[in-house]
Amino acid sequence: MSGAGAPPRAEGATPKIRLRGLAKSFGPKLVLDGVDLDIRAGHSMVILGGSGSGKSVTIKCILGLITPDAGTIEIDGRDLSKLTRREREAVNDRIGMLFQNGALFDSLPVWENVCFKLLAQNRITRRAARDKAAEVLAQVGLAASVGDLYPSELSGGMQKRVGLARAIAAEPDIIFFDEPTTGLDPIMGAVIDGLIVDCVKRLGATAVSITHDMASARRIGDDAAMIHRGRIVWTGAAATLGETGNAMVDQFARGEREGPIQMELRK
Amino acid sequence: MDRALDLTAALGRAAIATLRGTGAIALFAVEAISHLFRPPFYGRLFLRAFIEIAWFSLPVVALTAVFTGMVLALQSYTGFARFNAEGAVANVVVLSITRELGPVLAGLMVAGRIGAAFAAEIGTMRVTDQIDALNTLSTNPMKYLVAPRLLAGTIAMPLLVVIADILGVMGGWLIGTQQLGFASGAYLKATFDFLQAWDVISGLIKAAVFGFVVTLMGCWCGYTSGGGAQGVGRATTSAVVSSSILILALDYVLTAMMFTR
Ligand SMILES: Nc1ncnc2c1ncn2[C@@H]1O[C@H](COP(=O)(O)OP(=O)(O)O)[C@@H](O)[C@H]1O
Ligand SMILES: [Mg+2]
Repeated sequence: MSGAGAPPRAEGATPKIRLRGLAKSFGPKLVLDGVDLDIRAGHSMVILGGSGSGKSVTIKCILGLITPDAGTIEIDGRDLSKLTRREREAVNDRIGMLFQNGALFDSLPVWENVCFKLLAQNRITRRAARDKAAEVLAQVGLAASVGDLYPSELSGGMQKRVGLARAIAAEPDIIFFDEPTTGLDPIMGAVIDGLIVDCVKRLGATAVSITHDMASARRIGDDAAMIHRGRIVWTGAAATLGETGNAMVDQFARGEREGPIQMELRK
Repeated sequence: MDRALDLTAALGRAAIATLRGTGAIALFAVEAISHLFRPPFYGRLFLRAFIEIAWFSLPVVALTAVFTGMVLALQSYTGFARFNAEGAVANVVVLSITRELGPVLAGLMVAGRIGAAFAAEIGTMRVTDQIDALNTLSTNPMKYLVAPRLLAGTIAMPLLVVIADILGVMGGWLIGTQQLGFASGAYLKATFDFLQAWDVISGLIKAAVFGFVVTLMGCWCGYTSGGGAQGVGRATTSAVVSSSILILALDYVLTAMMFTR
């Protein structure tokens, strides 16, 4: 499970998510330049990369929020671009997402945020939703009384927890975490990582996390991939991060200024 | 010669950009409207938008209408006195208010309040990824955010204008009876004697169109906003400016369509 450049081939089984040649530009700016990546079912993949390297764009492509210019995205072996609108919605129904800045609905109380998807799908009544929200909030370590607050009344760590609760409430098969610990103090970061690992394990879901925090990557991930200049430059086991033998990954992991990755200060 | 070509090219580019923008907004409107006919329906959100537009705009619209009625009465009285036509004050007030000033001024007031509020709210949702979040939570943002607001605006504005009409006439009546020496009964009789149903209805049709346009521009500018807080600020400004201009331009078009035979 290592090797520079080549995408990992999950032996035998179809990967849960398979990206091939994913490309996306915004105007003249090339952000993704042929991303190839396999994500194993039931495993946790962390995607590493510098700020602005296209990590969020990759996830948004998989979610269908951004249409890639080229390349294919397969989930469970089905090419998403060949699905009808309804089939596509059915796929999305099984996906949860924790956004980089939470993206909680600030016009709704926390309990409605948490149960938003269940309510939208009519899987629950509004009355039952309060109890359900309390139950899910407990799983992320929040008291039921938090349910009646509004997102603007919460601290950053609590917002992440609520975002996590919202992502897992509908019990998805695939969960994306976009920089779940960025902006939190190290202890709260570790707590959130722990919650993520617990939740993913309980659901038996496939998880994809974006991070540039190495400690976090080792805690959350089974597999890891590094994105640089719009391509996956390395994939391997998350546990080996920091001593992978790949110059770029090791430079990134140790946070060194000198190395193959040169920060572009101007574009 | 080159300069002339440059100018033509610039004009052409501007024209193409305008056409493209108009087309995009039209498609946006069509998609939003189509969601009004496909479940699920968000009655709660419609109600919230409706109350926001109709109830909370009532004070500004009412004040505007009363003062406009009062000013109209004064102005037309002093103007008409020059050719001994003071008797026409009541008619001028009611016709101006119902056909023109009620819908236009209420529309402009609502453009300032609601167009700005919707653009800021939806724009903030856009730049903080809340619209993307809706997508990942099995909810179509056009259906959830735009369709209920468009419907609420289209229904709420005519109701606001009915009230503006009544208050505007009352403002004129107040000045007419208190300051200009008309007898109350005679003033009201003059008001209603020459008023036709079409005068009022045409104003309400305008109001519905303006309500649609204001909410559409508010939603569109917010939905397509980008670039952080500054982008939301720009979206808010352009929602107010574009819907105000559209109200005035459409007012002419609608008047021409409804009153020239
Ligand atoms: N909707 C968009 N429009 C234009 N540029 C975008 C858009 N989304 C992302 N980008 C650009 O793509 C690049 C990668 O963004 P992103 O994936 O968010 O980075 P990160 O790896 O930090 O998550 C950035 O330079 C950003 O400016
Ligand atoms: Mg990002």
